[in-house]
Amino acid sequence: MIALAIALPALSAALLLSLGRRTNIWGPYLSIAASTSAFLVGLWQFLLMTNRPTEERASITTIYEWLVVPGTNFKINFGLQLDQLSVSFVLLITFVGTLIHIYSLGYMSHDENKRRFFAYLNLFVAAMLLLVLADNYLLLYVGWEGVGLASYLLIGFWQHKPSAAVAAKKAFVANRVGDFGLSLAIMMMFIIFGSVSFIDVNASVSGSPSWVPLTIGLLLLLAACGKSAQFPLQSWLLDAMEGPTPVSALIHAATMVTAGVYLIVRSASIFNASTFAQNTVIVIGVISLLMGAVIGAAKDDIKKSLAGSTMSQIGYMVLAAGLGPIGYVFAILHLITHGFFKAVMFLGAGSVMHATNDNVDMRRFGGLSKSMIFTTITFFIGYLAIIGIPPFAGFYSKDHIIEAALSHSWAAGIAALFGAGLTAFYMTRMVVMTFFSKPRWEEKVHPHESPISMTLPMIILSIGAATIGIGLTQNNVFEHWLEPVTGFSEPHPPLPILTITYITLGVVALGVIIGISLNRKIPKVAPTKVTLFTTAARNDLYGDLLNETLLMRPGMKLSKFLTIFDRGVIDGFYSGLGLITGSISSRLRRSETGFVRSYALSIVLGTAILVLAILVVRL
Amino acid sequence: MNFPWLLLILLTPLIGIGLMFLPTKSFPFKTQTIAIYSSAITLVFVLAVLLQFDTSSNALTQFDVNFTWIPIFGINFHLGITGLSLVLVALTAVLTPIVILATQHEHKNRSKEYLIWILLVEASAIAVFMARDLFLFYVMFEAMLIPIFFLVGRFGGERRNFAALKFILFGLAGGLIMLAALIWLYFVTATQLGRGTFSISALTNELNLNTWTERWLFLGFFIAFALKAPMVPGHTWLPDTAEQATPGTSTMLIGILDKVGTFGMMAILLPIFPNASREFAPVIIGFAVFGILYGALVAIAQKDMKRTFAYISISHFGFIVMGIFSFTTIGMIGAIVYMVAHGISTAGLFLTAGYLIKQKNSSLISSFGGVTKAAPSLTGIFLIACLASIALPGMAGFVAEFMVLTGTFQKYQGAAIISTSGIILAAIYMLWLYQRVFTGPENKESKSIIDLDKKQIWILSPIIGLSVLFGFWPAPIIKISTPVVEFTMNQVDAKDPAPLFPKVGQE
Amino acid sequence: MSPNAYLVLSGIIFSIGALGVLLRRNAIVAFMSIELMLNAANLAFVTSARVWGNLDGQAAAFFVMVVAAAEVVVGLAIIVTIFRTRNSASVDEASLLRW
Repeated sequence: MIALAIALPALSAALLLSLGRRTNIWGPYLSIAASTSAFLVGLWQFLLMTNRPTEERASITTIYEWLVVPGTNFKINFGLQLDQLSVSFVLLITFVGTLIHIYSLGYMSHDENKRRFFAYLNLFVAAMLLLVLADNYLLLYVGWEGVGLASYLLIGFWQHKPSAAVAAKKAFVANRVGDFGLSLAIMMMFIIFGSVSFIDVNASVSGSPSWVPLTIGLLLLLAACGKSAQFPLQSWLLDAMEGPTPVSALIHAATMVTAGVYLIVRSASIFNASTFAQNTVIVIGVISLLMGAVIGAAKDDIKKSLAGSTMSQIGYMVLAAGLGPIGYVFAILHLITHGFFKAVMFLGAGSVMHATNDNVDMRRFGGLSKSMIFTTITFFIGYLAIIGIPPFAGFYSKDHIIEAALSHSWAAGIAALFGAGLTAFYMTRMVVMTFFSKPRWEEKVHPHESPISMTLPMIILSIGAATIGIGLTQNNVFEHWLEPVTGFSEPHPPLPILTITYITLGVVALGVIIGISLNRKIPKVAPTKVTLFTTAARNDLYGDLLNETLLMRPGMKLSKFLTIFDRGVIDGFYSGLGLITGSISSRLRRSETGFVRSYALSIVLGTAILVLAILVVRL
Repeated sequence: MNFPWLLLILLTPLIGIGLMFLPTKSFPFKTQTIAIYSSAITLVFVLAVLLQFDTSSNALTQFDVNFTWIPIFGINFHLGITGLSLVLVALTAVLTPIVILATQHEHKNRSKEYLIWILLVEASAIAVFMARDLFLFYVMFEAMLIPIFFLVGRFGGERRNFAALKFILFGLAGGLIMLAALIWLYFVTATQLGRGTFSISALTNELNLNTWTERWLFLGFFIAFALKAPMVPGHTWLPDTAEQATPGTSTMLIGILDKVGTFGMMAILLPIFPNASREFAPVIIGFAVFGILYGALVAIAQKDMKRTFAYISISHFGFIVMGIFSFTTIGMIGAIVYMVAHGISTAGLFLTAGYLIKQKNSSLISSFGGVTKAAPSLTGIFLIACLASIALPGMAGFVAEFMVLTGTFQKYQGAAIISTSGIILAAIYMLWLYQRVFTGPENKESKSIIDLDKKQIWILSPIIGLSVLFGFWPAPIIKISTPVVEFTMNQVDAKDPAPLFPKVGQE
Repeated sequence: MSPNAYLVLSGIIFSIGALGVLLRRNAIVAFMSIELMLNAANLAFVTSARVWGNLDGQAAAFFVMVVAAAEVVVGLAIIVTIFRTRNSASVDEASLLRW
């Protein structure tokens, strides 16, 4: 039944892509209908699930045998696993997805290729659902690369812009680096455990020596880093903002980039078995959360700043996922709340761009609150949610993560706390620069509120961003809900929980105050005389430079060298053979003079030599 | 004797050729029509065999057709089909009509000659795949060179003569070495079995070669197959040939004929020379891994689309060879699936790019840019072919690559890990090419490009359909090829390694 | 009967013929020299037949004669054609058939 949720958007995507221009008129609506019905299917399954007792909630449906070699243990099903974890994702993906479909109706209304856009969105929804519903790693991989493909297509949607095409390729290649890890992990699982299904792997981990979960865990982490834009594979996410804004909201904020977190949580048993792998996850999470925040604070491009923020927030989730059973639930909780508030902010950014002729430079915004009421309010709710002001959603999830991090180690906890302050700082900066402060628009710009199809999704999402945190944490609902899948143990931080909450709020308030005071005056052009640190942050902390000098340039050189080597040495060898043969033959043929008498002489001499030779041998 | 299906499959393209020579007055069909129908009828016969093929049968070959040919040397005209042959014959029978349909109008007043050669390629490829007599195999192995030689030399680009010559020299060099090995083998059978024979099943089952003879003979056949496949470092003819050949020729050559190399490794080397195969396997795996990375790296820097595709194929052949010599069931079946997937994706790449190349008379990447705008359908189909080629999950190539890598991982972990990095390189070479040709600002040249029309889309759609179909449902190929792989595994005396730490209670 | 004298004569005739082919430029003369060599061979055949009392040698001589006759027909025709086109029967001038 849940297969329908995947099949409908997939079918719609296939239909829109293959029928071409004929679907221009009704295509977008079909696409929205497909996404909505996927949501309804998910909702229905969710309701059915809640009615069942806890231990009967998870179920696996085998659709058919996908890869089976008779006579061996190679047996991989096309099976869907519906449990508390995956259904949470299904609801998030289809709900946010549907709203963004609707938003796109307004946002993309003038684009001649919007049919293709909607088809790709549907493709994305289908692939993402396959990713979270798969009951084994290989099928997850299909969804995993499927969303990568959708992301590639959507980042490069305006492919006439070279920057978009390059960004799309970069995203795909960075993801493939992660996929390299995932492929190896899956192969290792098969070689070591004899199966790649979640259930079998979970059951087998305990029986293997410690290098097994360590290696597989690190490989899975590499995969997660690629998909979730975590250090050291983070650099593609900022470039990915070349895509249309709804895409940034859906794929590069709310859903796809969080797939890495899903992978880690889904592989809980592997990570639980290796402390070293877990600690690596924590380190990666911390580095990414700080890096993302620093980048977010330095960017003037509103979307790139939000992208830095996304990287940072996912860093929180990864950090939480690395903490083990005390963190998994909060990683997912933060993932869901983040899905709401980051989506609403991206959609708000899109709405702002819509109003200012696709400008993204925050230095040319300012004072938009007067002309864009809905956008301002919804964005502000998102803002309150992300910096973690109670009772907005982010407060509940982030606070829990900080508590859990503190109970793991002081270092992780303080880093998370510091990150919260940074978040407050750069988000305040963004809100001030965009909606308040003095207008700094170019003259032609006449800001106006966006149409209802765009504001409605924002309003709905902002209601979610405001309430979902309190809703999910009331009486620990979410902990109990996910516990059967991910396990849960109560964190025991070294400080009383209330103290931590106060400290956090204090740090956040400090961030907000600094954010406001530093942005009293905003120059229209970014000041150039800045500290080295700011320059580094503006340049994405030199992630690209690192990739280029370490990988791209040497790789390109190697490739060019090998091309010359291929032509010169390998092919040269064969050409050399040919040349030698040719030159020998052209010398030998000189003996063919055309004079009959010299031929006759050679016959006579030859005979004479033969006769002599025979005589010599005989004697 | 049962109904001679195989003979029928082999003869149909030849009859088609015969009909083309009839004077047009007495036979009112156009050459194109004849070519299309004869290749389509071949496909129908192949499908009929496919449906009747018995995967549970104990016999290795089915539908055997066996005539005495040259009795004094024990040579028979023996056709038979194993699972592997059937898969490749089916691939040939599917691709040929597509190639004919897609390129039938390319050579206006010379289309008759072109189509005759294409049908000859089909017939000789089918004969090679079905031959169960080593002499017949050899004859057809050499005969295949002729139609391709003329296709390249008569219809190719500016340096077509050079390319055709290079192609045939490499082909003949390999063939010659194989001939020497073949004659040697014949004398060994004559002394050991008391009668000279070329029958593959007799050679497989009855022969006991001494160690050094087996090694030398193995090398003789292996070099021929490695040049054909082609493996690095014997590959340099392929880029030159592909660059000069027309897209249709390249599809037939790389998509079908080059598979003879890998087919030969699996159907001839492994069963007849099992001990030498085992000995040489690690070395060959080393070469294959090198070829995978080498082909991929060189592909990145190519300036010509067709050369890029050729290097991509070289990389992919590395995967196929690696799968075969991994000596695991999964690896070998993966190699068979890979052959199919590679044939399909190659056809997609060459034929779609062919439409572009024909319009602009250039296959340089730099002469295109932003083609998407003028030709969205073409771009879409090309992109799908690209994705099939880089083994995106959901495409046949993924199933194949995953199986090959997993199979290799079971025995050669290092090789598998290194070659897995090929998936990153694959994304780079393919998407970079796509980016430069199809995206970005539309250049002046690209504006005038005409998109595919409906008919052309229909012609190319089976390629996409099959790629996706086998990506999600590879069971038919796996099922058909399992018996022959099991047989080969027994023959080389190889076992699949058991999982290291299986779940408790699981075997 | 001692065959020596016959064989020596045969050798001398053959040598004259060979030298003629090698040294003379005129095609007709060269041709005649070839005939001399053939006849020298015939003489040796016939001598051997006589010495061994076996007719095979004589049969071979007839073969040689037939071949020689056929060769004359073709060869003369070629020489005549060459002479017609070039107004010369020198073998050195017809040297186009070379590298």
